[in-house]
Amino acid sequence: MRKLRGVLQRSHPYPGRLIAVEGIDGSGKSTQLLLLERWLIAQGYRVHFTEWNSSLLVRRSMKRGKKKDLLTPTTFSLLHAVDFADRLTYQIVPPLKAGMIVLADRYVYTAFARDVARGVHPEWVREVYGFAPRPDLTFYFRVPIEVSLQRLLTGRTKLKYHEAGMDVGLATDPVDSYRLFQSRVLDNYDKVTGEFGLRVIDATADIPTQQKTVRREVERMLQQYDGPRTEKQIDGRRRREAQ
Amino acid sequence: MAAGGAKRSKSWFGHGLPYVPMGALPGHLIVIEGTDGVGRSTQIERLSPWLELEGWAVSNTGWTRSPLLSETINEAKAGHELTTTTMSLLYAADFADRMEHQIIPALKAGFIVIADRYMYTVFARNAVMGMDAAWTRQLFGMALVPDLVLYLEIDVERLIPRVLEGKGMDYWESGMHLALGDDIFDSFTRYQTQLIGEYNRLARQHRFVSVDARKSVDDIQGELRAHIASHLQRSREAAARGRSATDRVARARRG
Repeated sequence: MRKLRGVLQRSHPYPGRLIAVEGIDGSGKSTQLLLLERWLIAQGYRVHFTEWNSSLLVRRSMKRGKKKDLLTPTTFSLLHAVDFADRLTYQIVPPLKAGMIVLADRYVYTAFARDVARGVHPEWVREVYGFAPRPDLTFYFRVPIEVSLQRLLTGRTKLKYHEAGMDVGLATDPVDSYRLFQSRVLDNYDKVTGEFGLRVIDATADIPTQQKTVRREVERMLQQYDGPRTEKQIDGRRRREAQ
Repeated sequence: MAAGGAKRSKSWFGHGLPYVPMGALPGHLIVIEGTDGVGRSTQIERLSPWLELEGWAVSNTGWTRSPLLSETINEAKAGHELTTTTMSLLYAADFADRMEHQIIPALKAGFIVIADRYMYTVFARNAVMGMDAAWTRQLFGMALVPDLVLYLEIDVERLIPRVLEGKGMDYWESGMHLALGDDIFDSFTRYQTQLIGEYNRLARQHRFVSVDARKSVDDIQGELRAHIASHLQRSREAAARGRSATDRVARARRG
């Protein structure tokens, strides 16, 4: 695919730092992000967490659309873009401007992998998200389908309709559909990884091993970072600056 | 492609919908554009019965009327808390929902679809807001290019009394979100002047057929009908030419 000029190529101008995690359901990315958050807070950093598809704005439309199976690949994609734009305005940019560390559970790469697997045009969805700032660091937790499936099915008995890609109509059995749909998503993630330079983590490794790699990478990325930490440290810096 | 000219097949505005095979869309997509208060809905109400008398099945579609999003959009507008980017994406979602569930199926079935506003409305508003024009156009890359865009053209001086006699100046249509001033009349005048300027630019770029909206309701209706009738006539002729060309090829093959 040809590289789109400008889309997610420029780094953001804010004093804060943006870290995103990506991966299919059951890859363990949310667990890893939680452990990273605990560690950053313990180090005294000011952190803000935000999650894909979590704004109240589109909740009703999304619910209605999912329940009645009204969503098409395009409206599914656009509703997620509305959610993202709203969170960017209220939850991502202000903390970045305030110099905080923003942790994003899924970012626009989810749309590039998932919505394209549903059938939207790969260039179109990249253009739609043309307003998104590039994260300072994005981890991609790569995991084989069978491992993710096992993890999901031990936690609960049924796969969710859209998670299994049942709306795409690849198979009538949810588990078969999950395999077919998520392997398309994985293929797209591989393309995205090369295109945008995502940092790949082997998500089949044990949890502490993965977390160790994540923290090492984050530490390196934060070397040039001079954002606010605790109130005490901010006060200390103010005093130093005043002198 | 010229919106005013006769076309035999439809095309996507941009990348389109890769999972929707275009197939044959024998219907006609006719768009009525123009700023708020210019009289679009009055005119559209009278077009459908006329077309039905002429023997056409008609499907009406309007801005923010999708079952999926109309409530969300109304809530969002009441809250006054969305950026232009977020609002554009909501409009695009509403638009895509109507395109896939209403407009394309109706065109497939040979209906005339009359759209009250189309993507050009977002193009005009976003231009006034100073948004990146390329982004707005890419966003609507999934749209079908209409067969005919009828543009109700008016100047702001004549628009004002019409709006005041109608439902009055509202917050959004007066551009109060632009904070051009606290006076709704002054804000309305400045915002609508800019908006009409953008519409006029789009009319040239996308070859709208302009109809002078300063005229009486009856005169405007007459002109709209004349433009629609001649569009339908042109596409009938084009289809007939297409058929006779196919026949000639078939005859030549047989002969």
